[in-house]
Amino acid sequence: MTSPTTDRIAVSSDQDVVRVRQLVRTVAVSVRLSLVDQTKLVTAASELARNTLVYGGGGTVEVSRVENGRRAGIRIVFADQGPGIADVDLALTDGYTTGNGLGLGLSGARRLVDEFAIDTGVGQGTSITVTKWCR
Amino acid sequence: MALSSDEAGRFAELLKEREDEIVSTWAERVGSTLRGRLSTAELHRQTVDLHHAVQGALSDGLSELSDGAGGELRALLAELSGSRARQGFTATETAVSVFALKDAVLAALDHAGDERPETLRDYVAFSSFVDQAALHTFDSFVRTREELIADQAEQLLELSTPVVRLWEGVVALPLVGTLDSARAQVVMERLLQTLVDTGSPYAIIDITGVPAVDTQVAQHILKTVVAARLMGADCIISGIRPQIAQTIVALGIEFGDIATKASLADALRHVLKLTGMKRQER
Repeated sequence: MTSPTTDRIAVSSDQDVVRVRQLVRTVAVSVRLSLVDQTKLVTAASELARNTLVYGGGGTVEVSRVENGRRAGIRIVFADQGPGIADVDLALTDGYTTGNGLGLGLSGARRLVDEFAIDTGVGQGTSITVTKWCR
Repeated sequence: MALSSDEAGRFAELLKEREDEIVSTWAERVGSTLRGRLSTAELHRQTVDLHHAVQGALSDGLSELSDGAGGELRALLAELSGSRARQGFTATETAVSVFALKDAVLAALDHAGDERPETLRDYVAFSSFVDQAALHTFDSFVRTREELIADQAEQLLELSTPVVRLWEGVVALPLVGTLDSARAQVVMERLLQTLVDTGSPYAIIDITGVPAVDTQVAQHILKTVVAARLMGADCIISGIRPQIAQTIVALGIEFGDIATKASLADALRHVLKLTGMKRQER
């Protein structure tokens, strides 16, 4: 049994997004996620961390190991104090973007993880929690 | 605590009278922390320069390092810490080069047998002046290190984006590492320029070395492909490993009618088939 540990990274530049990716990959390897799941989680983390930076104006990312009975997993929380998301359903539609990306980051990230929760409101900032379990 | 002009004058006098003694103690202290990584002659020369600059600044009545009279000294300290930073010395080893002056001056005061009560007050003021000088050295050291890192990042950007000619009319662009906006721009420019220079109708973008393909990376690659197409070149994306393929599908990224292959060899075979060329038997 490993004790739950939490690592925290402040995201305020592109370099921080790279650091988030590296941290998530390290933790993913340590809880023995399969190579495919590692890549999926790292990619999802990269999308969401970039959203935190670009749309949330920067924020924090917390990566922790979690356990659910006999399964280990990783939980990542992306929090920002930005403008928030007015219409979550619209934001989760493939191809919808308010920036100049592909509009797949948020919706794609949801498909890449096992659990996806979003807590947001206009003017309240956004907090997204994702979890990936070992198979 | 600033040096009064009297104090500055007295120390200027002391530094001048006991120059040889102070320089040798100073150089010896610095030498012991640098442990022979700098030649004695070099170290002695630097110490003499520094001694003259300090002495000159003090005799000009300097009270704070930021004064006009400290200009030459500041420049010398910046140069010294810059060269230390480039030679790979640590911040402590660099700061000691300045701090050691305190020891040297204290030893000189002891030798002089100066027992006047104001000597202590003088020394404290002088000590805070040396602290300022060391802090300045520290700032310059950090600045030089940051410049070094920025230079290296730029060199890395240049290094990590080679465009290679793979075959007659086929160029390959092996991407390694993180593809951020700055790199994507360099990559696109290089590829387009190479297409013009070599007149190649085919380009293979190999992403074997890219650890994660997210929407931003995909978008950069797609833009590069579209730009190459506008110039009349066809692009093939290779090096798509199983985990990357599954991630791209889950993300919902579509590469449309762009040919994609698992390996660079497959991509080259594909291009050769298109051009109708036969691989020569060995």
